[in-house]
Amino acid sequence: MSTPQAHLETLPRSVQVFLLLGLVALLAFPFAQQDFYTQTVTRMMILAIFAMSLDLLQGITGLVSLGHAAYFGLAGYVVAYVSPQDAGANWLIALPLAMLVSALAALVIGFFVVRTHGIYFIMVTMAFSQMMYYLFFDNKALGGSDGVYINVRPAGWGLDLENKWMLYYFTLVCMVITYAFLRRLLWSPFGRTLNGIRLNEHRTSALGYASFSYKLTAFTLAGALAGLAGFLWAAQTGYVNPELMGFHMSAHAIMMVILGGMGNVAGALIGAFGFEIFLDVFKDLPKIGNFDLGKHWQLWMGSLIVLVVIVAPQGLMGLLRSKKADDE
Amino acid sequence: MSDTLLQAKGLSKRYGGLLAVNDVSLSLHKDQLHAVIGPNGAGKTTLTHLLSGDVAPTQGELWLRGQNVSGWPHHRLSLHGLGRSYQKTNVFLALSVWDNLMLAAQSRHARAPYNPLSWMGNAANDKAVREGAERALQLTGLAQVQQIIAANLSHGVQRQLEIAMVLATEPQVLLLDEPLAGMGASEAEAMVTLLHKLKKDHAMLLVEHDMDAVFALADVLTVMVNGTVIATGTPEQIRADAKVQAAYLGETA
Repeated sequence: MSTPQAHLETLPRSVQVFLLLGLVALLAFPFAQQDFYTQTVTRMMILAIFAMSLDLLQGITGLVSLGHAAYFGLAGYVVAYVSPQDAGANWLIALPLAMLVSALAALVIGFFVVRTHGIYFIMVTMAFSQMMYYLFFDNKALGGSDGVYINVRPAGWGLDLENKWMLYYFTLVCMVITYAFLRRLLWSPFGRTLNGIRLNEHRTSALGYASFSYKLTAFTLAGALAGLAGFLWAAQTGYVNPELMGFHMSAHAIMMVILGGMGNVAGALIGAFGFEIFLDVFKDLPKIGNFDLGKHWQLWMGSLIVLVVIVAPQGLMGLLRSKKADDE
Repeated sequence: MSDTLLQAKGLSKRYGGLLAVNDVSLSLHKDQLHAVIGPNGAGKTTLTHLLSGDVAPTQGELWLRGQNVSGWPHHRLSLHGLGRSYQKTNVFLALSVWDNLMLAAQSRHARAPYNPLSWMGNAANDKAVREGAERALQLTGLAQVQQIIAANLSHGVQRQLEIAMVLATEPQVLLLDEPLAGMGASEAEAMVTLLHKLKKDHAMLLVEHDMDAVFALADVLTVMVNGTVIATGTPEQIRADAKVQAAYLGETA
């Protein structure tokens, strides 16, 4: 087994500048573009929140969860259930409630799964999310395989998420808050201890840290933040179905985190945008003779991920940093 | 004795048919170094595991600072004043010496993980934690290498770092499993000097193969053979003990 490595936690100047420019671009974007692209970018920002929430587990704590979508999808269902037929739910109630339900589910499931390590952790997290998936898939009362529609999107207190612009900026604010929260957490006593657990759990507990409580807290927090993303997803699409909790959604998040670079939150953020942009590019590839390149986008995406893992183990973010940062 | 800090009462550990540690009782006192010696496979490391809570005993009790701590998990024992180093170096290889010590020292000031206050603030700026790390750094003389990543240190310095980390958790009882193993002569000498310094204010258990170091440092010696204690006493008593000579030191000793 190889020794766990330190992550690139201190962001190089080049990455900081890149993120700042990105923020400016996101603030200005709806003014420059049509509705369609505004919605595409909203979706990217939601997935970025989801990816960052996973990075708290995968990158910072070293817990690779293959069932993180369970908490994402569950929050979406909460929005659907609390939305009346002919009016929008009050987001001030629906949002905290969605996050709370996701956090509670993560707390209960985490109580069982964070005792396991390595490959067992991966399998058990996947098993629990599949259980949730089939619970919703097989129960007509919960919406069944068709899912549930949200006729009117959440609103309240001057905010109406039916409005695409308001949804866009609300999502942007949520993304910035999530990023700032996790970056701060990374350097906090809690974050340093999670990093210690990732590097050497045995030593960390011998130093007097109750690693179980630390991991369970991280798992619960990550679940709550995935719930935030799930709320926004439901608010955007107006529709939830079991696929949101499915294996593909979980794997999607893992790939975004790997693509961007693990353990520093910024990588997950960049990875989420990068993944979605590459996805659109690959899906738009032309037909060559009988062979439709775009239809086989998964092939190109898979190759890209493999390439990134080989060429840039620290993800796209690792590529962004200058040579100078390497020498320091 | 009133200042007994750690007490093992009839500890046994059975692995299937093998009785690795057989009914061992010993106590560690403040300001004293208690060495455990014995041939390979005598059960010394298993005994250390039992005393540190790494391994649960099949039988027996462990008392730490007047409290029955049998079955306590690792981290609780640490918080109650027990610190140990491992036979195989056990540090955060990817972190600098300073960051290793900061994480160790932080454990004495940590809030519960579910307390949101522990999710905020910069851990590197905590004054009390920095002072704890600084103390351990001075005590072990690692100040010159504090910015070096632990993986890049020599084996001997890594061992010193591990002891520095244990010290940063301000233990009252120190369990050291072969701290001199694999060290060069000068490194070993520095370590012996350090251990001598640490005898003050700590109750120490030392498992070590280097007999010169053991006899130079120990106030009390316990000799184990095949999981059983065959003799306990001062270095002079142990040297003169016929059973020990036969079993361990050899006929000519």
